[in-house]
Amino acid sequence: MTTHPSPAVITRYAEGGSGLDDATVWSVEVHLETCAGCRAHLAGSATDDTRALLDRVAAGLAGGIAAGPLPVRRQRPWSAVHRRWLVWALLPWLTMTVAVLGCAFLLEALRPGLPSLLLLLAPVAPLPGVAVAWSRRADPAWELITGTPSAGLTMLLRRTAAVLAIVIPALALAGAGSGISLALMLLPSLAFTTATIALGAVFGVRRAAAGVSLLWTLAVVLPSVVIEELPVILRPGSVPVWALAIVGLAAFAASRADGYRRLSSRN
Amino acid sequence: MMRTVSAAETAPTTHPWVVHTEGLRVRAGRHLAVDGLDLALGIGVHGLLGPNGAGKTTLMRALATVVKPAGGRLTLLGEQVDGRSDLRRVRRALGYLPQQFGFYPRFTVREFVEYMAWLKEMPKTAVPGAVQRAIDRVGLTAKANARMKTLSGGMLRRAGIAQAIVNDPEVLLLDEPTVGLDPEQRLDFREMLRDLSVDSCVLVSTHLVEDVVAACTDVVMINEGRLVYQGTPNDLTAQGGQGDAGDSPAERGYSALLRRHRAGAGR
Repeated sequence: MTTHPSPAVITRYAEGGSGLDDATVWSVEVHLETCAGCRAHLAGSATDDTRALLDRVAAGLAGGIAAGPLPVRRQRPWSAVHRRWLVWALLPWLTMTVAVLGCAFLLEALRPGLPSLLLLLAPVAPLPGVAVAWSRRADPAWELITGTPSAGLTMLLRRTAAVLAIVIPALALAGAGSGISLALMLLPSLAFTTATIALGAVFGVRRAAAGVSLLWTLAVVLPSVVIEELPVILRPGSVPVWALAIVGLAAFAASRADGYRRLSSRN
Repeated sequence: MMRTVSAAETAPTTHPWVVHTEGLRVRAGRHLAVDGLDLALGIGVHGLLGPNGAGKTTLMRALATVVKPAGGRLTLLGEQVDGRSDLRRVRRALGYLPQQFGFYPRFTVREFVEYMAWLKEMPKTAVPGAVQRAIDRVGLTAKANARMKTLSGGMLRRAGIAQAIVNDPEVLLLDEPTVGLDPEQRLDFREMLRDLSVDSCVLVSTHLVEDVVAACTDVVMINEGRLVYQGTPNDLTAQGGQGDAGDSPAERGYSALLRRHRAGAGR
């Protein structure tokens, strides 16, 4: 801070600065900006004319504030959630996913002889939601969003997390209800989600989700329903294999991070 | 109001052109919509003219880094963006208004522009001020808190322009910005373009030759994915003769150039 000007100088400054040279006026002004004490002194030595002017300005400002628009209300974070596009676009898909899981749960309770449908369906449960979360058909603003610096793997992961936040608890609940081990319920679904994201860098997320689901249905779900026996990869011993697959696929996806920056025509 | 000017803002540019393409080829589906385009654009407002299907929108998408070029070189702000390069730095300096832009109907205009500013990775403290300024600039101040779904076509277009200019882009790409604007708003828009042309590179794609002549410093004309002509609006006007189709000198120039290009291609 600059040195305090003498009270006499401040008084003369308040009276209009007569007899002070420009350099002194500037240094007083610079000092007043940072010194509350000298500002108080200045206010005390203001002339009647200055007070009248200040009153007029204050009245004008108060009138303008009263007549002008109200300040924008600060929004609470949760009030914006229901306006998010993703929430509404995902709603039907997630409802369907949860309904299918519920049916599988009921079927399992009614027909204990069949191989666990919950286990067979759990891996592909998050995929419809993931496909919708990163698709140019579902997102109306895809063209705007793709041109921004935030578009990319991080955004895809954030949207996938929103899907998993619903699907994983549903799977865990259904699994706990029918006495299936939590690891066998969740690890395959996480592995398939990772696989969809990893393959999405090459083929587009929507295609990858469709391809992975179809392959799983044809190669595993249908045969095991027909022969009425669970495949080897859904037995407790295969948990490390699923964990390894997750790590490998995640590493692949991370290495192809630039593949998500543009929404190609394939999506 | 004072603000700090960062070193990056005053640093001299090391690139001769803001937008530079060499033999650029871009696909729209299977069709090669931009086929060997050589273009060099500097600071100023450039009007992009061309008949339907000339490749204007596809070129805009490629320049906005939304689609990946199929071949050739594309350099924006001195950075090559055709390969697997990191696009974030370039995208932060981009503003893009797509031809048909989707939006989230439940968002208000302010929320929409704020969301886009956030996606463009603007500093958090700068967002509210920049959003208000962008909305004021396009004349939507009174509608700032209206839901997007309640807006008319022209207002939506202006909201789209607001999100494009919110980050004070160095490269601004506007695809058909004047569609749905009434004559008075078109005049305001031209005024804004002249403002922007002082320190950024603006590319405006349009069908309206009079818009280009009135507000652009430079005319770029393409047909079937190739550059037909680049010059000043006065040059364009001088191209036309009495026998050419059109109601104004500029329109006659436009049709004369197109006719000559088609005759040249037919030989």
